[in-house]
Amino acid sequence: MTDQTPKPDSSATTPAAPTPKPESSATAPAAPPQAAPVEKSELEKKFPDAVKRDARPGYEGDVVSADKLRDVAMYVRDDLDYDFLSSLTAVDYFSDLPNAASHMEVVYHLYKSTGGGSLVFRVQVPRDNAVVPSLIDIYPGADFQEREAWDLYGIRFDGHPDLRRILMWEGFAGHPMRKDWKEAYFEEELKPYKNRWPEGQVYRIEDRNPYGKNNKYPQGLNPETVTETADPLLYENLEKAAREYSEDIDTEQVVVNLGPQHPSTHGVFRMAVRLDGETIVALKPVMGYLHRNHEKIGERNTWIMNMPFTDRLDYLSSMSNNFGYAIAVEKLMGPKAAPPERAEYIRVIMAELTRLSNHLWAIGFLLNDLGAFFTPALYAITERELILDIFEATTGSRMMCNYFRFGGVARDLPAGVLEKIKDLVHERLPRKIDELDLYLTENELVRSRGEGVGVITPEQAIAYSAAGPVLRASGVPYDVRRADPYSIYDRFDFDVAVRYHGDVYDRYMIRIDELRQSLRILQQAIKGIPGGEIMTGKNPYQIRVPAGEAYGRVEGPKGELGYYIVSNGKANPYRYHVRAPSFINLTVLEKMCVGQKVADVVVNLGSIDIVLGEVDR
Amino acid sequence: MTTETRPNASAVNNAGYDMPPEMRQNVAITTLDKIWNMGRRYSVWPMMFGLACCAIEMICTAASRYDLARFGMEVMRPSPRQSDLMIVSGTVTKKMIPQIVRLYNQMPEPKYVLSMGACASGGGPFKEGYNVVSGVDQYIPVDVYVPGCPPTPQALLHGLMKLQEKIDGESITKVRWYQKGEIPAIPVPILGPDIIDPRDYALIREAKPAAAQAPAAPAAAPAAPVAAAPAAPAGTAS
Repeated sequence: MTDQTPKPDSSATTPAAPTPKPESSATAPAAPPQAAPVEKSELEKKFPDAVKRDARPGYEGDVVSADKLRDVAMYVRDDLDYDFLSSLTAVDYFSDLPNAASHMEVVYHLYKSTGGGSLVFRVQVPRDNAVVPSLIDIYPGADFQEREAWDLYGIRFDGHPDLRRILMWEGFAGHPMRKDWKEAYFEEELKPYKNRWPEGQVYRIEDRNPYGKNNKYPQGLNPETVTETADPLLYENLEKAAREYSEDIDTEQVVVNLGPQHPSTHGVFRMAVRLDGETIVALKPVMGYLHRNHEKIGERNTWIMNMPFTDRLDYLSSMSNNFGYAIAVEKLMGPKAAPPERAEYIRVIMAELTRLSNHLWAIGFLLNDLGAFFTPALYAITERELILDIFEATTGSRMMCNYFRFGGVARDLPAGVLEKIKDLVHERLPRKIDELDLYLTENELVRSRGEGVGVITPEQAIAYSAAGPVLRASGVPYDVRRADPYSIYDRFDFDVAVRYHGDVYDRYMIRIDELRQSLRILQQAIKGIPGGEIMTGKNPYQIRVPAGEAYGRVEGPKGELGYYIVSNGKANPYRYHVRAPSFINLTVLEKMCVGQKVADVVVNLGSIDIVLGEVDR
Repeated sequence: MTTETRPNASAVNNAGYDMPPEMRQNVAITTLDKIWNMGRRYSVWPMMFGLACCAIEMICTAASRYDLARFGMEVMRPSPRQSDLMIVSGTVTKKMIPQIVRLYNQMPEPKYVLSMGACASGGGPFKEGYNVVSGVDQYIPVDVYVPGCPPTPQALLHGLMKLQEKIDGESITKVRWYQKGEIPAIPVPILGPDIIDPRDYALIREAKPAAAQAPAAPAAAPAAPVAAAPAAPAGTAS
């Protein structure tokens, strides 16, 4: 246990207390005392006993003691107006050296829905008894994020009504993101690995595993007695939720599973739905069918090795993912990594093209869910292909672009590409977007199946941490590009698209609006793009990032895409977390669907626009 | 092997049987195998089944620019009962593999599997992950592997043409679905403390635990929550 002792004024003193440092071997600088007497934060003044400034160099925000967490959160939400819980994640500060400090940390990043910077606070708890009070009734958007922290870190959230594993299955042995949990194919702590050809003999990791597979089992397991426990628990909780909805009516209810293999679940996503007739009384999303351990692998990779992995998060908009990661790491690296002017423009152009291609796809497939099977999607895909051509010409790949670097982009635009983009954004796409608008927006079916379906009020949208088009369609004009500008977005003239009904129809309309705004940004960016360098300094093989933490976020096509990274000054990230908009937007799905007809479930899901690579990571 | 892409009579005519030129479009002397295979190769119905990134490229392949319909494969079936081909398009995870095996078992013969992309073929960039199956072929038999991350639509089309070539080589006297007896279903893996393949029961019981070679720290701290998890299913079972 570290610094739970109330020490009212610790901000000026040296952190003599065991400043937990990522990993014991300490290449990080020996924590020079923060020179200036730091001004007390709002929270410290209010809760002098329970809150103190995080004194570790490179860290921001306050450390809150676990027993006061709920009071602090309540105060932050109601009096300080930080009503949007952007990210909740855990970090395992682990050291296997004797006498070294080890603890679990839960980090909260909050924003105001009116815009502005972040408020960060964290809770530190011991590793072997990690219990943190749940914030689910203060910030309902904490629901899935707390379940994820329980699943991957084994942090128990006291008061969470449905604390089941979310990405792995119930019954899986261990909490895999803990630093002392090793996977079956574990080779070495950090990449790049040593030689895999010792004495000229190549080896494969399979040969070193007793099962020849990526599996490991507890000692003495009799496999024939193992049964699955995940589904009974799920149905039990589903029934509990259903009772809350209709306590007094006694009708026979049925459970229907949609997915993971279902023609319209947008990937391997499963919804367990409890029905009373055709009315939904409870719905639980089940995910993790594409959980490919992005974060665990990311903490073993070097910093730059993670760039191609971010492509595979939201695989429809890889450039935006690159953007978010680059921004987070550059934030930590400081001004020396600021990209040159031309690179900034290229980044914006690529990110907005990505938004176009993503929204085209989203509209096409939403119409698929509405019953217009594949025809609108084919039109949309045709336009998307033209954008992919530009990506392929620039980066060499249609989908997995791996284009951004820390301090710039990987290569310059090849000859002729800018002309092609110009032609697209001035000529072809405006016409095609008008065409989509003309054929779909006033369409009888789109209107009658979209209007008033899956309504989310602005208060709900904020409380459930919905982001991006889902939030803006509910009447909250929150766009990270405006609310907390990054890169060079403050130079462009564009409107934050907003719609006010919060239904499926508005979530469709908002994407049409955003397509048009993206075109506006693109038109300005193409006009203004300067010549010059595309990279600050040389493109290094490996970078070192100063110790500390950073949370970088961008407005991805699906919403706020954030990266929370912790560095211990070495060549690999100590913690690498992705705040995935698709994942957190799903928190509100249950609210959207309960009370509606089963036929609208898929439409509601389609209107959120999820990508499973990002949901499950 | 046929060289013509359009099916007409001359495409199936056996070598050595000369047809008068005016009859070549209409009459052929051929074998049953050829007729059977021609029917199969031009109507491979894939299952509408996507796992990850590769599924997006699969959809693009089916869309207008690459146009899967040219191969008679545009009829994507949402039900495994109506499909001939499973395109495993994306990372296969341990949580998903029971469903994939179930879907495979539900497909009627003749059935084919195309493993699309690096992940499905061998785990790909995510191979080391704790929830990732390193290759779908550890559980179901694969006919064609398509490399790439993700494979471009062209690459997928090439893979499908390879599958057609494979079908051309079949003979109705030898294929497994015309043999006597039932084809046994593949046992569905179980999600225990880790994924358990029923075919590996003996191996799991007898193999020395992985702890012997993994240099992991003894880790006294997390023992409590970690140990609780595997104990639960074992206890409830008996």
